Amino acid sequence: MLGKLTLSAIPFHDPIVMGAVSGSVLLGAAIVALITCYGKWGYLWNEWLTSLDHKRIGVMYLVLALVMLLRGLSDAVMMRAQQALAVGGSHGFLPPEHFDQIFTAHGTIMIIFMAMPFIAGLMNIIVPQQIGARDVAFPFLNSLSLWLTVAGALLVMVSLGVGEFSKAGWSGYSPLTEKLFSPGTGVDYWDWAIQIAGIASLMSAINFFVTILRMRAPGMNLMRMPLFTWAVFFTTVLMICSFPVLTVSLAMLSLDRYLGMHFFSNTFGGNIMMYVNLFWMWGHPEVYIVILPAFGIFSEIVATFSAKRLFGYKSLVYATGAITLFSFGVWLHHFFTMGAGPDVNAVFGITTMIIAVPTGVKIFNWLFTMYRGRVRLTVPMYWTLGFIVSFTLGGATGVLMGVPPADFVVHNSLFLVAHFHTMLITGALFGLVAGYSYWFPKITGFRLNEKWGKRAFFFWLAGFYLAFGPLYLLGLMGMPRRMWHYSNPAWHPWLVVAACGTALIVIGTFLLIVQLVVSYRERKDNLDLTGDPYDGRTLEWVTSSPPPVYNFAEIPVVHDIDALADMKERGEVHKRPARYHDIEIPENSGAGFLIGVLTFCSGFALVWYIWWLAAASAAGVVLIVIARSFDDHTHRIIPASEIERIEENRYRQLEAARSGRSEISPA
Amino acid sequence: MTNHAPTAQLAQVEDLRQEALTNQVFGFWIYLMSDLILFSAIFATFVVQSHSYAGGPTGKELFHLPYVLVETLLLLFSSATCGLAMVAAQNERRALVLQWLALTFLLGLGFVSMEVKEFHSMIAGGNGPDRSGFLSAFFTLVGTHGAHVFLGLLWMAVTMAQVGLKGLSTSVQSKLMRLSMFWHFLDIVWVGVFTTVYLRGVLQ
Repeated sequence: MLGKLTLSAIPFHDPIVMGAVSGSVLLGAAIVALITCYGKWGYLWNEWLTSLDHKRIGVMYLVLALVMLLRGLSDAVMMRAQQALAVGGSHGFLPPEHFDQIFTAHGTIMIIFMAMPFIAGLMNIIVPQQIGARDVAFPFLNSLSLWLTVAGALLVMVSLGVGEFSKAGWSGYSPLTEKLFSPGTGVDYWDWAIQIAGIASLMSAINFFVTILRMRAPGMNLMRMPLFTWAVFFTTVLMICSFPVLTVSLAMLSLDRYLGMHFFSNTFGGNIMMYVNLFWMWGHPEVYIVILPAFGIFSEIVATFSAKRLFGYKSLVYATGAITLFSFGVWLHHFFTMGAGPDVNAVFGITTMIIAVPTGVKIFNWLFTMYRGRVRLTVPMYWTLGFIVSFTLGGATGVLMGVPPADFVVHNSLFLVAHFHTMLITGALFGLVAGYSYWFPKITGFRLNEKWGKRAFFFWLAGFYLAFGPLYLLGLMGMPRRMWHYSNPAWHPWLVVAACGTALIVIGTFLLIVQLVVSYRERKDNLDLTGDPYDGRTLEWVTSSPPPVYNFAEIPVVHDIDALADMKERGEVHKRPARYHDIEIPENSGAGFLIGVLTFCSGFALVWYIWWLAAASAAGVVLIVIARSFDDHTHRIIPASEIERIEENRYRQLEAARSGRSEISPA
Repeated sequence: MTNHAPTAQLAQVEDLRQEALTNQVFGFWIYLMSDLILFSAIFATFVVQSHSYAGGPTGKELFHLPYVLVETLLLLFSSATCGLAMVAAQNERRALVLQWLALTFLLGLGFVSMEVKEFHSMIAGGNGPDRSGFLSAFFTLVGTHGAHVFLGLLWMAVTMAQVGLKGLSTSVQSKLMRLSMFWHFLDIVWVGVFTTVYLRGVLQ
């Protein structure tokens, strides 16, 4: 009836795990109690869970990303603490099988369930507004993507308390992940969680690809699109081309594990290195999938706060395109040590160095945009400047490892760990936090506190250098990654320094939460009444903050790059339309949420071999899809009178803002 | 300011709906292209493992080309009848659409049944997917295509029900369009399967 699932699956003997589980359960219970207490279930269901509004869906993605950031960060803290303690005679506070789960969970969560939802959140909220659209091309598919991502994340979270998570690293190399060597449920949790989230990402990518190509405002040809939209566009191309390969490699691993097939086993004609190749054919583009949107965010921020059009707009677009293309030709640099021979390694070494060139082009674009601009040093600019310096350093270490003989020396060492954390923390995460600070007023209607934001930034920056600087040295000293215990005392002091750096990062994260709380409490003083708090240059700053459900009462007409800056020059911002029209928007639907729930059940059942539940949930999903395809009432009309009421209200608000606080809106 | 003409409003909403349907067809094209990448990854795996017999049987010993040829013809003819259903849909002839779709469905069902029978006889003979790397890749590649055809059949049944219940409305027409794209796409993939797996396997 319950497959392999018994009470012994819950690790009652492990105090650390049980502490985390009971903490999560208590927090969950407290949230449920609060919602019930305030009678907000109806509000939650009608306004959020079933919403097909791209802005609401985006906010829910952001919430997921921030929760998972905290989980991933606590994994990082435990790893750094363990390595600061477990030298020589001491074994630290974590047993090895728990340590292995933690580094696997950390990588999986940070990439698939933190960075990806963060990006999905920002692109959901911003891209339709930047291109002057009222929604995405497929609003229901959008909701479905969200809930499938949540289902995947939930599987990872459940593995904490029921059974175990994978111990084979986030990349899950075979044959360690084969049934023979990992007989537990861990690899299955990892496999299904990523599989489900991967399918969600692919659907999101198709959605935004179509949205950007087909729903731009009149006059916005491709070469007038804002850089963030361009970056998201190329990201969707990467996702559409690479995620099917991930699906295939994970499915083959499942077939090996569930049906005894021999794709990646080391007997009966399996091929271990084929998994590694397939995985990185997705995995390398994935690196750019999380970094390109961050590049787009930095581009927007630099242009806005330098009060200038981006330097070399076209070269920036072409550089992004070049990175997209080249990113499919470098995957082998993740395993030069495979033994493919000097010829193959040389080719991939050269492509790896070539791909650094367009990235370098971008750095110069941002620098020259600031040059002679009127730079305002706001919080998003702090993150951007921190990124430019650190990312260049990290890029240099990447080119170093692109030389195969040098790579052999540092392969699988902490040098590599330091390198990719430099790229992903200062590249992706700094960009995402910068985007969060930059667009926060657009999302909520009030601005974030600058003082706490700057404090958080400095703790993050200092913590980052302190945590990962020593890792470069340790790598050169020969310390491998993922060590539960080591006996070389020379490594110890550096690992203590790294642990201190992690503590600073934790403080930085705490300060981000403080910033959020302080800003919320002082929101009345920081209201963004104009919808354009920074003298913005792109169309998302035309709408009110937060925007109405339909974004634009009248679709704007675009004449130039930086459409809003151009409108301001012509004096055409916020012109009243001659008359208002009815607007059709998608009707709420609970189907996406239900499919998410059923997919989670199905994934959980597959992990525990509860076949009837897996089959029943899958059948449920098919039935919901069929029922939805019969439903013709998927849209509702907002009458022109209602639009007029909302818009006239907005004009009054703008009027008040102009007379009261004219310094905010130089337009 | 609100004295708008209702007919103009309706026309605008109708335009938007048309636009949404065009988006759906375009989005479906993009999905098909990503599916093509999925298949290409499985094809590549199959080619890598096409000699990993591990002492088990080879393709030459397992495949019966005449049997597979019949399968192939069933699928190719189903593509033709699917095309005829689309012609009938263009001409707004509902009964004819249903007839051609029913024939397509039967041909597709025949294809899937033959494939299941082939799989069954191989597994019964001790040559299941767990026998060797080659057979794992064979079952996965052919089976993934077969699973697509099966889902296509399910979709076809649903669409036939909608043609019957709702008639050939624009949204049903759009669904028919996407279904036929899917069906032809599976035909093209099968041509690749037939060549790479069966012909190449027997000729070796």
